[in-house]
Amino acid sequence: MPSEGQAPFIRIEGVTKDFGKFTAVKNVSLDIFKGEMFALLGGSGCGKTTLLRMLAGFEAPTSGRIFIDGQDMTGVPPYERPVNMMFQSYALFPHMSVEGNVGYGLKHEKVTAKERTDRVRQMLDLVQLTPLAGRKPHQLSGGQRQRVALARALAKQPKLLLLDEPLGALDKKLREHTQFEIMSIQERTGITFVVVTHDQEEAMTLANRIAVMDHGEIRQIGAPTDVYEFPNSRFVAGFIGSINMFEGEVTKNGAGLTISVPTLGGDITVSSDAAAVGDKVTVAVRPEKIVISRDRPEAVNAISGVVRDLGYFGKDSLYRVSLATGALVSVNSVNISRGGTAKTADWEDKVWLSFDPSAAILLKD
Amino acid sequence: MIEGQAGKGSWFNRRGWRDLIIAIPYGWLATFFLLPFIIVVAMSLARRAEFSPPIAFLDDWPFVRWDNFARLFNDSLYIRAYLTSIWNAGVATFFCMLIGYPMALGITRVGKSWRNVLLMLVILPFWTSFLLRVYAWMGLFGSNSWFNKGLTSIINTVLPADMALRSLPMMNSNFAVVLVMVYSYLPFMILPLYANLEKLDNTLNEAAMDLGSRPWQVFKDVTLPLSIPGIIAGGLLVFIPASGELIIPSLVGNASDPMIGRVISDEFASARDWPMASAVAVALLLMLVLPMMVYSHFENRAQAAGEARP
Repeated sequence: MPSEGQAPFIRIEGVTKDFGKFTAVKNVSLDIFKGEMFALLGGSGCGKTTLLRMLAGFEAPTSGRIFIDGQDMTGVPPYERPVNMMFQSYALFPHMSVEGNVGYGLKHEKVTAKERTDRVRQMLDLVQLTPLAGRKPHQLSGGQRQRVALARALAKQPKLLLLDEPLGALDKKLREHTQFEIMSIQERTGITFVVVTHDQEEAMTLANRIAVMDHGEIRQIGAPTDVYEFPNSRFVAGFIGSINMFEGEVTKNGAGLTISVPTLGGDITVSSDAAAVGDKVTVAVRPEKIVISRDRPEAVNAISGVVRDLGYFGKDSLYRVSLATGALVSVNSVNISRGGTAKTADWEDKVWLSFDPSAAILLKD
Repeated sequence: MIEGQAGKGSWFNRRGWRDLIIAIPYGWLATFFLLPFIIVVAMSLARRAEFSPPIAFLDDWPFVRWDNFARLFNDSLYIRAYLTSIWNAGVATFFCMLIGYPMALGITRVGKSWRNVLLMLVILPFWTSFLLRVYAWMGLFGSNSWFNKGLTSIINTVLPADMALRSLPMMNSNFAVVLVMVYSYLPFMILPLYANLEKLDNTLNEAAMDLGSRPWQVFKDVTLPLSIPGIIAGGLLVFIPASGELIIPSLVGNASDPMIGRVISDEFASARDWPMASAVAVALLLMLVLPMMVYSHFENRAQAAGEARP
């Protein structure tokens, strides 16, 4: 975890990368601390992979500098960096056995044959692949290949491990398992991990800090709860999780902001004082923070509507409620009681929506 | 019947079509390789005759004789011709590989549009008659050509003055044969190698580099071992036709040290000994095919062993 006053382990200083006329990464500055599990999150083409490849040394920044452990990496080739990478496609050497793959990086280190075998064994134990040491990559399942790739990247005991979409090619069950495996390996080894992913759930569960990227720029950096609960922009709010966003204008400042939101057909109170009267703002509310009820609740922010759509997921249900103004609001409600009759609301039911002033997020761009 | 699930009795019988399509290449091979080969094998077991076609089988059981094959071993002419052929073809294959591999690798490393231009240039010589190109080389080998003079003067720079050469006796030598073979067969090495190298995943190179390998180590550990199928394909495509080559050694080679193609041709045409010519040809084929069969046998076994491992 980052702590105040601690020198950053990786310092990215005003890094820009152009490919011809296309700018993949625009003036990114970023500090990553020792032992962190840091995620670069963004859609495809947002520059996250380019940034990762610059850390690995496969691409050179057009301008700006990258420091790893205090050392300027400008002009340092990949084979001289204290960095190893787990590739999205795993990039296992097809002509080498599992053992050969894991031990490959140790070939170039001055270690005795015995030490090398020991370390390979140790790595294979770590990822529980010892019985498969003699197999070739094409004889392994996707999950096993992923673990070989992880063991190979860890074998050289790098200062920094880069993971490119580490769970991308795995099915859902395996993802969850592997996710926790990666986290526990990170905790045990203490190596700094930088993960690139387009999957916000993956980023939130794996990382202790997330940088949300868009069009080559970092839009927000923070802990998973920060970027989820306190997004700083419409982009971040919309990219991570689902959210209802309404535009309005601040009409009163005092005991929270009173905002007139035409699409909600009235005034909304938001506990914030980050805007002045007359400002055009966006009010954003996560679906799970809205309470749905049949009777009018005792709440500051209460709006009535009709259930247009209902998705039942077992543990929770997703309602889409249309308001008198025609706006659609998504509401996520945990199904606390059992049985269909106890259901909060059904299609075409008239319902009330309410949310706490502190549940709403005030966004200015 | 459910659409798309044609069963027995349907005109669209999937199995039937598949068998038919597979039968086409087999039919081709049977008609144009197996049948002629059987004829040649049969001829090699006959004896020479004075009528046309000039072959005769024995009148009694077993109707065939092995004398032609026995002669292959008894007459040093044949053994020497085989050795010359294999040596020349082997050296030519080696140099094709040495020159072709960097070229093929280079083509995979340039941009898409350049690739097609370079591949085009590799194939371009085929648009000129093969014979014409060999004749052009004959001109270059001659003692008065700029090529010969240039090479001579280069060699003279390292020789002491009293040993200086006036020209290089390149014409009618194995050197000329190998040089022209390398020149002629180079595309056959480059194209399969290119096809193989082009498929290699560049992230493997990056992975090796990421794990600490310098560029030449990446080549040695990753690119080279993964391109062995391409090297073998290119090597066979050069070695097999080169070892049976007739035109190049006839035009620029040494007549007293013939290659096997020349021997077959002479036996067939000049000596009119069809059975002997057939025996030489059959032996050449066996010499080329047997090592390949042994190789692929071990290859399959190694692969099967790899799959069976727990």
